[in-house]
Amino acid sequence: MSRAGSAAPTVPLWRRPRVRSLLWQVLLCLAVAALAWFAIVNVTENLARAKIASGFGFWNVTAGFDISQTLIAYSAQASTYGRAFWVGLLNTLLVAGLGIVLATALGFTVGIARLSQNYLVAKLAGWFVELIRNIPLLLQLLFWYNAVLKALPDIRGSIAVPGGGFLNNRGLFLPDPQVTAGGPVLAALLGGLAAAVAFGLVRERLGALGRGAPRVVVTLLLIVTPPLVAALVAGSTVSFTVPEMGRFNIRGGLEVLPEFVALLLGLSIYTAAFIAEAVRAGLMAVPKGQTEAAHALGLRRGATLRLVIVPQAMRVIVPPLTNQYLNLTKNSSLAVAIGYPDLVQIFTGTVLNNTGQAIEVVVITMAVYLTISLATSALMNGYNAWITPTER
Amino acid sequence: MKRVFVAILAACAALTTGAPASAATLDTVKARGSLNCGTNGQLPGFAMPDAQGVWTGFDVELCRAVAAAIFNDPSKVKFVALTAKDRFTALQAGDVDVLIRNTTWTLSRDTQLGLNATSTYYYDGQGFIVRKSLKLNSALELNDAAVCVQQGTTTELNLSDYFRANKMRLKSVTFATLDEALKAYDTGRCDAYTTDASQLYSVRLKLARPDEHVVLPEIISKEPFAAFVRHGDDQWFDIVRWVVFAMLNAEEFGITKANIDEQAKSDNPEIKRLLGTEGNFGEALGLTKDWVVRIVKLVGNYGEVFERTIGQNTPLKISRGQNALWTKGGLHYAPPVR
Repeated sequence: MSRAGSAAPTVPLWRRPRVRSLLWQVLLCLAVAALAWFAIVNVTENLARAKIASGFGFWNVTAGFDISQTLIAYSAQASTYGRAFWVGLLNTLLVAGLGIVLATALGFTVGIARLSQNYLVAKLAGWFVELIRNIPLLLQLLFWYNAVLKALPDIRGSIAVPGGGFLNNRGLFLPDPQVTAGGPVLAALLGGLAAAVAFGLVRERLGALGRGAPRVVVTLLLIVTPPLVAALVAGSTVSFTVPEMGRFNIRGGLEVLPEFVALLLGLSIYTAAFIAEAVRAGLMAVPKGQTEAAHALGLRRGATLRLVIVPQAMRVIVPPLTNQYLNLTKNSSLAVAIGYPDLVQIFTGTVLNNTGQAIEVVVITMAVYLTISLATSALMNGYNAWITPTER
Repeated sequence: MKRVFVAILAACAALTTGAPASAATLDTVKARGSLNCGTNGQLPGFAMPDAQGVWTGFDVELCRAVAAAIFNDPSKVKFVALTAKDRFTALQAGDVDVLIRNTTWTLSRDTQLGLNATSTYYYDGQGFIVRKSLKLNSALELNDAAVCVQQGTTTELNLSDYFRANKMRLKSVTFATLDEALKAYDTGRCDAYTTDASQLYSVRLKLARPDEHVVLPEIISKEPFAAFVRHGDDQWFDIVRWVVFAMLNAEEFGITKANIDEQAKSDNPEIKRLLGTEGNFGEALGLTKDWVVRIVKLVGNYGEVFERTIGQNTPLKISRGQNALWTKGGLHYAPPVR
C-alpha cells in the first residue's frame, strides 16, 4: 500500500531548492565576511608597514588644545581626546536639536502660509521657499556669519541688551542664572515635562472623553508647578552672574557664540524651506472634500485646518520631515567652515590632525552620525505610526 | 549568482594588489614625469599662486629644486594646496610625493604619522599680532583675550600651553584655514591672531589696514620647518634632505646662479665634489653627477631663494636671523658632501 508514500521522489540533496538556496546564502555570507576580514587585515598590515600609529589608545591622551564652546567641563591641560569628542558631540547635538525645533516651527508656518488665501502672504512664503532652497547651504552659512554677524559692532561699541547683556560681533552675552540647589528643581522640571507629554497622549487616546480637560491650562500647570514647589521646598534662590566688560573681552555671564548663531540660523532657515514644501504637499494631499465637509459641519477655517486637515496631512508630511531632520543633523558638519566647534571640527579636524589616526577617527565619527540618524529615524517612524489615523 | 561570486573574488584580488605599493618614490616620480608637491597655497612668501597663477614662494622654490635635481627642469612640479588639517593624510595616501608646507618638525609627527621629517629648512617660532589701538607691549598682557588660530597646527597647541604656563585665561577661536582665521581676526572677532612669526609678516599684508596692527616681541615656541616624506623610502628621504643641504652648501661656497659655470671649473676639492666634477655623489643618491649644478642653475642657492621670496627686497622683509649660515651667526649647518 505504501508504494506511493515510500517512493517519495529521490531528488538529490543539491537539487532541492531549499538546500540550494541555503547553500548560496551561506556562501554569500562567508564571502562577505571574508571580504570584511580581508579589508581589516589589509589595513592593519599596511598601517603597521607604513609605521602609522593605530588603535584607540589616543582616546585617553591629554588633548592640549582649547575649545571655544564647551557644554561639559573641559580644559586643555586636564582633558583627553575622548573628552574633546564628547564636547564636540554635545555641540553637534545642541545645534541639531535646536535647529530641528526652529526649522519645524518656521517650516510649518511657511508651508501653511503658502496656501493662504491672502495673496501677499502666499507669495511671500513662495518667494522665501524658492530663494532659500536654491542657494547652497554653505553660502548661506557664510552669509550669516560674515555678512550679518560680523557686521555687528565690535566689542568697544557693544549694543547693551536690556537686563544687563551685551551684543557685539563676538556674540551675545546674557546674565547667567545661577540656581542654588538646582538639582531637585531640574528633576522636577523634567518630571513635569514628562507628565505634560503623558497628559497630552492620554487625552488624545481618550478621544471624546478626554476633551473635558482644558489642554493648555493643565499642560502649563504640569510644567510650571513641580519646579516651583521643588524650589520652595529645597529653598533654592536664583541669582544672575552679569556679564562685565573686561580688559579685552566680556567676562562672566552666558555667552552665545556668533559661530553658533550663524550655524543655527543657516541650518534652520535652509531646512525650513524644504519642510515648508513637505507641509504644503501634505496639506494639498488631503482631498478637497474634507474641507468642504468640515465647512458643511460649520467648522471655521482655523478649526478645519487644525482638526481635519493637518491630522490627515501628517502621515504624508512625516516621512519627508524625517528626511529633513536627518539632513539638518548631517549638514551641521558644515560648521567647520565657520569655526563652530562641532564633532567634525574638533574630532575629525584637530584630534585627527594631532593624532594622525585618520581611520579610527573617521570610523568613530561615521558611526556617531549613523547612530544619531538611525535614532532620529526610529523616533519619527514611531511617531508616524502613532499619528496615522485608524482607517475605517 | 556565479557572476556575483566571481566579482567578489575579483574584488578580493584587487584589494590584495591594491595595497599601497612600496615602490620607490623616485621611480614613481620619474615615470609620472612630474613631482607632486604638497604645499600651502594661502601663504604669501612661502607658497601661493600669484595673479597670473604662477606659484611663488620659499616652499615652492624648494619643490622646484627637487624637480630640478631629478628632471633638470624646475617646472615639472604639480603643486597641491593643502590645509593644515589635510596635509599629513595627503602625504600618507600618496597624493603628494613630498610635503613642503611650513610644517613644524615634532617628535610625534616623526613617529606616529608614518612620515619622516628630512631636515630643517627654515627656523621659525610662534608670535602674536594685535591691534595697535590695544597698546600692548607684551604677549603676557593677553590675559582673557580672544585669539584666532588655525586648527590642527602646533600653533594651536603652543597657544594653549603658553596661556596655561603663564596662568592666563584664553578664548581661542579656531578655523580650518589660514584665510578664515585671519578674516575673523580682521573683523574684530579676536583680539589677537597667532601663528609662526614668518607668517605674521606676510599675513599682516593681507589685513584691511596693515598699519594698524603690530607684531608682539615674544616668540613662544620653536618651529623648525621641515620637508616631510613617507616613512620607509630611504632613497627618497635622502634625496629631499640633500637637495636642501646642497642649496645650503652652495651658498656656503659662494656658488650662485650667476657664477655656477665658472665655479664648475674650480680647483677647490669641496666645490668639485659638490658640483660633481669629482666623485660620484649624485649617482649614489639616485640622481645624476651634476645634480647640484642643476639645482643652483635653475633655482639658486639657499640665500638666493631666501632673498628672492621672503628677503629684504620683498614685501615680507624677513631678515636672515637664525636662518643665516652657521658661518654668519645663524643655525644652518649642512653636512659636507664627501
